[in-house]
Parts: sequence; C-alpha cells; structure tokens
Amino acid sequence: MTKLNTASREKFQAFLDLAFKLTTRFFAFAVLALLAGIIIELFIGAMPSIKAFGWKFFTSTDWDPVNVKFGSVIQVYGTLVTSLIALLIGIPVSFGVALYLTELSPKWLKRPLGIAIELLAGIPSIIYGMWGLFVFAPHLADHFQPWLIDHLGPIPGIGMLFQGAPMGIGMLTAGIILGIMIIPFIASVMRDVFEIVPPTLKESAYAVGCTTWEVVWNVVLPYTKIGVVGGIMLGLGRALGETMAVTFVIGNAQNFSYSLLDPGSSIASTLANEFNEAYGDVYTSALIELGLIMFVITFVVLALSKLLLFQLGKREGEKT
Amino acid sequence: MSVFKSRNLIIASAMAYGMTVATAAFATDITGAGATFPYPIYSKWAEAYKAKTGVGLNYQSIGSGGGIKQINAKTVDFGASDMPLTAEDLQKSGLMQFPAVMGGEVLAVNLPGIKKGEIKLSGKVIADIYLGKIKNWDDPAIKALNQGIKLPDTKITVVHRSDGSGTTFIFTNYLSKVSPEWKIKPGMGTSVNFPVGVGGKGNEGVASYVQRIKGSIGYVEYAYALQNNMVYTQLESRDGTFLMPTMKTFQAAAAGADWEHAPGFYEILTNEEGKDSWPITGATFILMHTVQEKPANAKEVLKFYSWAYDNGAKMAEELVYVPMPASVVKLIRESWKEKIKDTAGNSVWN
Repeated sequence: MTKLNTASREKFQAFLDLAFKLTTRFFAFAVLALLAGIIIELFIGAMPSIKAFGWKFFTSTDWDPVNVKFGSVIQVYGTLVTSLIALLIGIPVSFGVALYLTELSPKWLKRPLGIAIELLAGIPSIIYGMWGLFVFAPHLADHFQPWLIDHLGPIPGIGMLFQGAPMGIGMLTAGIILGIMIIPFIASVMRDVFEIVPPTLKESAYAVGCTTWEVVWNVVLPYTKIGVVGGIMLGLGRALGETMAVTFVIGNAQNFSYSLLDPGSSIASTLANEFNEAYGDVYTSALIELGLIMFVITFVVLALSKLLLFQLGKREGEKT
Repeated sequence: MSVFKSRNLIIASAMAYGMTVATAAFATDITGAGATFPYPIYSKWAEAYKAKTGVGLNYQSIGSGGGIKQINAKTVDFGASDMPLTAEDLQKSGLMQFPAVMGGEVLAVNLPGIKKGEIKLSGKVIADIYLGKIKNWDDPAIKALNQGIKLPDTKITVVHRSDGSGTTFIFTNYLSKVSPEWKIKPGMGTSVNFPVGVGGKGNEGVASYVQRIKGSIGYVEYAYALQNNMVYTQLESRDGTFLMPTMKTFQAAAAGADWEHAPGFYEILTNEEGKDSWPITGATFILMHTVQEKPANAKEVLKFYSWAYDNGAKMAEELVYVPMPASVVKLIRESWKEKIKDTAGNSVWN
C-alpha cells in the first residue's frame, strides 16, 4: 500500500516537473513569438511605404506629407547623433561615479550616494524634457552655444557640426539631456559589477604597488567588462528609444542639417509627433517603417555588443 | 484673464465630469472623439446640457486624425475634425459634416520692445518668412509695412507645430491662398514639410518656444496667445485693411463665407473677403454617418448641437470661440434633415 502510494506520488511529482518545465518553456518561447510577431506586424504595416520608396527611403532626406515623399535620413541621423552624444557624456561620467562609489568613497557616503543615483533613474523622462526646455536650453543658448559657434565653428571639418544660431534647442541639447538620463543606468550597473570583483584580486594588485587607477584599469575593468558593456548597452538602448524628453528639446524640424545646433528630429520624436494625425496609407506606413528601422538599429546594436564581447572572450583565451 | 482661468477650470471640471460619466454610463450618453481645439467648449456645453437634460457627452480629444478614424470604425456617435473632409471623401466614407464652432489664429512674436498689435504683417510677408526668404526682422519688406517702428536687427526664428494639427491646416491653407510659391512647395495639410524653423508640440509647445526664443514668430490659436499674454501682430485682410484679432473680426470672416454653395460645408475661412475679415479663421467640424444604425444616439447628438447653437453662444465667447451665425445654423439644420437617415431611410432629425 505504502509502496504504491510512493510510486503514485513520484509519478505525480514527475508530472509536476514536466508541467513546470513546459510552462517555463512556453513563457520563454512566447517572448520569441512576440518578437517575431512585432517584426512581422511592422513589416506588413510598412509594406505600402516599402513599395512606394524602396531603398530610396534610406537615402532620402525628404519628409513631405503633403506631396507624399518620405525618407528616413533625417530621423536616423538625429537618433544616432543624439545617442552618440549621450554615450560620449554618459560613459565617462558613469565610470567616474561607479569608480568613486566602489573604490574611493568613504563607507558612510556609499549608501546615500548610491540611492541618489538610483533615484535619478526613477525620474520620469517628461520631467527631464521639461527641465531641458525650460531651464537647461536657455542657459545653453546664452552661454555655451555662442562659445561653440565662435570657437569650433570656424574649424574646417568638425566646424560644420557647430553652425547656425544659438537657439538652445536642437540635437546637441537632446544629446546632453539623454546623456544625463542614461548616467544612472550605466552608473548603477557599473557599480554593481565593480563590487563583485573578488577582493583578493584587487588586494594582490595593491600589494605589488599598483595605484588605484592601475588597479581599476588593469584588474577591475578586465574582470567586469561584460557587465560594463552590458550597462553601456542598457544606456544606449534607453537613449535610442527615448521619446518624450527628446521631443521636448530636439526642435522637431524635418529638415536635414549636419549641425548639432540646428533643430532636428529622431525616430521616436517623429512617431510621437505625427502618428496621431497621420493621414493616408503611405504616410502612416512610412512612420511604421521608421519604427521598423528603429527596431533594426536596436537589434544591430545589441548584436554588435554581443560580437564585441565574444571577440574579447576569444582574445582572453589566447593569452592564457 | 479671468476668461482663461475659467477655461482651465472648465477642463478640470470636464475631467471630473468625464469620470462621473464613466461610472454612471447611461444608455443615452453620447460619445464623440477627435479634435483637441474645440474640447474645452464641448466640455462646457456638455456640462450645461447634462444639468438641463440628464444626457451626458463623453468626448475624447484624441486629435482630428483620430476622430476621423474612430467615426469610420463606428466606435463613436460622432467624430470631430478641424480639417473638413472634401465632399468626395464624405461620399466615399458615407459621412456628412457640419461646422460646430469657429476660432481665430494669430501670429505671435518675441521682439523685445514691441507691444501687442504694434507691428503689421501681410500674407505675402508671412509666407516669405515661413519659406525662409525673409530672414531678418529689419528686412525691407517688413519695414515697408511698419514705418515709424524701430525693428531690431535680429534673426527670425520660425516656430511651427511639430504634431499634425488642424491649426497647421488652417494656417497653411491661408499661406497657400496668399502665396503661389507656398502652394507649390510646402502646400497645405495637417502636417507639412516646413522649410525652416523649429517645431513645438501643440499650441502650448509653440507658445513656449515663442516665449523662449528671441526673434521668433509662431502661429497659435488666439486663446493661447491671450492666455500666455503673448505679443501678437496685426494682419492685413484680403481687402488690404490692417486688423487686430478680435471677436468682431473673427465673426466678420465667418459671416463673409458662402456656406450655402459649399458642398458638405467644405469651407475654410481663411482670406475671406470683407474689410473686417480676420484672414486666419477656421471652423471645427462634426462628422456623422449618413446611415445611422443607432438612430436614437444620432438624434441625441443632433439635439445636443441644436441646443448648443441656440444656448451655447455666450459660453463659447467666454472661452474665445466664435459661435456659428444664425444664418449658418439654419443651413446646418436643413442638412441634418436631408442627410442623416436611419437604416429604413427615414430622416433622424425632424
């Protein structure tokens, strides 16, 4: 009797195990299915625009709803440039923040500073946007941008990035705001991974006479590079897709200009501005195609970061 | 000032009111969606109408494009759009439209030392500014209109709407009428490819850019210009007179329009004849199906607007909207009777 009981219980548990496995597998695959579904749906939605413009969509700076001529250069340029500026600002600052918190800060300061950084991440993006427009942009217009135009504008080459009137709003402002927005994301990931470096490694390095910088550069960073790249990618992902804050300060002009001081638009800001009132199939579908491009950009960025990590890992193998 | 405070109050109370509607959804409540421009006045009318008749209005201001989509999908009893549909489009979708209320747009500028209504602009000059051909405030073309006023040597920053909007439609319609060049290149629409300038989201976005950027010029709904105490300009009417934006000049534009001969009330009140007609005026429209599957709901909608035409004029003026003239209301009622039928072909409005 008892034997039978245990047998049936075992069976039941095996069944539970299987059910659990299947359920979790279902969840995992559901994500994949969802991803595929989104791509397919975007592709179908973008079809009228793909048919109408073909590859020209990627090389044209047109964005003319009245004459139904669309291209993606303005928005893609705006998206990439603002994200790049954001990374240029965000990475060094985040690195400094994480470094100070893990290696240099007195113990009693670590917690309050860490919490403050996490709080920064919790501020809704629209607040950053409003702050950018009402507080930050006027300062930029009055002080920083005239200086840029006077000093960097005349330089051949990069001078072309600093032309135009100091309006305070534009791609540069959007990039700086994005930079501030992604700092908490990158910094908190960096801090977390820096903290898991085994103390013995660091102590050994200090013991042979390394400076703090040498320890960080030669021990901490190599040990945590996967996490660091992951944190940067998280920040980049946020910068690429950020909508509200960018819409506030980028200037929302559908005209192509290399200059960072000129108003431009990003993919996300264009979608936020125009989707509601888009009329006609081709216009709507051009917007959806922009969404598809955004999807592809994010995908490529992620793939590249994985590739980078893979390459780093391989080289590591060679050394030992 | 109190007028505009009351407009905010209306919005707030309308929101609170919307919630009560949602909780106590009566079968008789009417639903509508669309244009944001008339939202405050529809809400105010709805509140007064509900107090009187017990019939509520659930209006969602999701934008004109959204309103057209919703009425086509038949999820609402009526759609609302700032851009009238052409007679052809109406026919195709089985819709009819009528104007509900009107409003005016002004050009707001940010020029230190210049007072409200001090400088004068003509349609041609505005078009050239928005085309990027006039780049500076001391341009001879602007000076010629403003002799005796010291215009600064400041670069002009053009501000336009970044989102698709009926306000842009009315403005670009005006520019297309006064400038052949504008008509060919950017053209008219709820969003167009502005050759120069920065885009602000919503009337408030444009208003805040104009207030922030020195030397800027932007088109906003008159109420927003008043609300934000912005410096607006005089405009040249089609007959060559220079006008200040007032209720009187807005109404003159509406009265001058030939509604009777406009199929489907397709009438855009820009650049109308008459020496008192404010050149950038526009009506906002209600869209309804010509064949009503739920004639009872349709009748409630018509009753609501009929009531609003008769009793809502003062409320509209308080919020700086321009009520429809009585002569036009008569035509509208006739069109209801003629066009809106139930599935059996009987007139819903009688």
